[in-house]
Amino acid sequence: MGSEDIWIIGSNMTKFGKHPEKDVVDLASEASVAALRDAEMTMSDIGVLGVGNLMNAGAGIGQQLQKQIGQTGVPVFNVSNACATGATALRVAIMAVKAGEADVGMAVGVEKLAGAGLLGQRGPKPQSETWEPSGRFGAIGSTEGRIGTNIMPGVFAQVGMEYGHKYGGTSFELFARISEKNHAHSTLNPLAAYQKRFTLDEIMNDVMIAYPNTRPMCSGNCDGAAAMIVVNDEKKKSMPAEVQKRAIKISASVLTSDPWEEGCQILPDVNTLTRNAATQAYEQAGIGPEDLDLVELHDCFATAELVHYDNLMLCEQGGAVDFFESGAPWRDGTKPVNVSGGLQSKGHPIAATGIANIHEIVMHLRGEAGDRQIEGAKVGLAHVIGLGSACGVHILEKAA
Amino acid sequence: MNESDNTALIKQIPFVDYLVLGEEPYLMANECNQCQARYFDRRNACSCCFGDQFTKVKVASSGVVTSFTIVEMGPVPYVSAVVDCDGTPVRCTLIGVDPTPEKVQLGMSVELTTYSMGEDSEGTEAIAFGFTPAQ
Repeated sequence: MGSEDIWIIGSNMTKFGKHPEKDVVDLASEASVAALRDAEMTMSDIGVLGVGNLMNAGAGIGQQLQKQIGQTGVPVFNVSNACATGATALRVAIMAVKAGEADVGMAVGVEKLAGAGLLGQRGPKPQSETWEPSGRFGAIGSTEGRIGTNIMPGVFAQVGMEYGHKYGGTSFELFARISEKNHAHSTLNPLAAYQKRFTLDEIMNDVMIAYPNTRPMCSGNCDGAAAMIVVNDEKKKSMPAEVQKRAIKISASVLTSDPWEEGCQILPDVNTLTRNAATQAYEQAGIGPEDLDLVELHDCFATAELVHYDNLMLCEQGGAVDFFESGAPWRDGTKPVNVSGGLQSKGHPIAATGIANIHEIVMHLRGEAGDRQIEGAKVGLAHVIGLGSACGVHILEKAA
Repeated sequence: MNESDNTALIKQIPFVDYLVLGEEPYLMANECNQCQARYFDRRNACSCCFGDQFTKVKVASSGVVTSFTIVEMGPVPYVSAVVDCDGTPVRCTLIGVDPTPEKVQLGMSVELTTYSMGEDSEGTEAIAFGFTPAQ
């Protein structure tokens, strides 16, 4: 690839959690300024800006961010792509740099979600005296509970249960043990929203949200931001030695959407597009799943993590349960998954997630992950999925 | 007025337009003439093969549960499921079964059923559907 290589030279995420004293722009600014400092740059160096935010998608958060930290007139792309929004913002920056339209791009993802409650649930329609069909299905009332469920814990519960129907071996306890792993990992991550270790009993006996997902098995709505600066090869070579030494290579950057599947018309199919993204990413990077030292995948619910072991080909097709049972995805296992604590404990400020999971990989490849460092990590993969669907997969490599 | 006379006077409306009422209610899909992909809502073109001709078809009224969850938020738990109706996946709520993991099983056979949601101010009765364990 040579001169086509794209590098991350600046990366940062805020602590995820409750930030009542900061607004969306404050959070975005905090991560952006820190990422710029990390790259030894200022806003004057940035040629293109990709900014992701889902809850205020029409508000021009990118321009608000510029007003807060530096306006230079460069193009801003405000993007929204469900839970893959952050990865999409990064894709925009990478594409612009790859296309030669800019030497330096910055991507930012930010969300304020603390206290947002269950996502996917619509409020009751105004009461009418008579039945009034409305919407695409001519429904005369809310379909929630009448025709299955739209709430995220329920949708993703069905994703995991479907895997169990297809391949067997799943159980409430198995899914709870996946959550037990991620919460255990989170105790080493000071940026996680929750750093509490739960016993299996505590997880299984907590409030049931949507069987088999209890409360600790669901990702937490919280506030947070993440930012990243990418450059082309030539720009990287012009940077100070210290910056170059810490540069991380983006060996693959892929974004996919759903190809047609019969089933995805009624239950979102998070599998096919993830498998497609992973296949493309491994091909782009010339790296196989066996080469990965760590993986951050989209465990928005414990039931989702299981299917992505398979989709990302960390195991044989149908072998996700055995993969988990082998202990592989624990931080001391052969294929550590979600050593950050994952979305279940790190938290899931939607648009920040797709950059934050890449940031986690960057920290390990730089050897800067502190207590949770995976020793000698050289290659990592970050995966994110937004329902609808959009899937981002990035493979990163430590510079040789 | 006997009971059958009374029924005849009640106007009915389905909960969604793809539920077809009658003596034996069924679910109706728009099937692509070219590749037979099925959709419960309208499409300008088939998202599988891009064909733009569709025919309304009856979906099988019995099937197998391929996935479910029990939503326990709110006052009454309910079972959301995906039912494979002879090759057509249908999203639904399971009714007539205890909403517990002991009673609801992956792979269980279920069939379409309907129930009344009550009448509006003009006396129109709304009919919803669910799937219930097969007899």
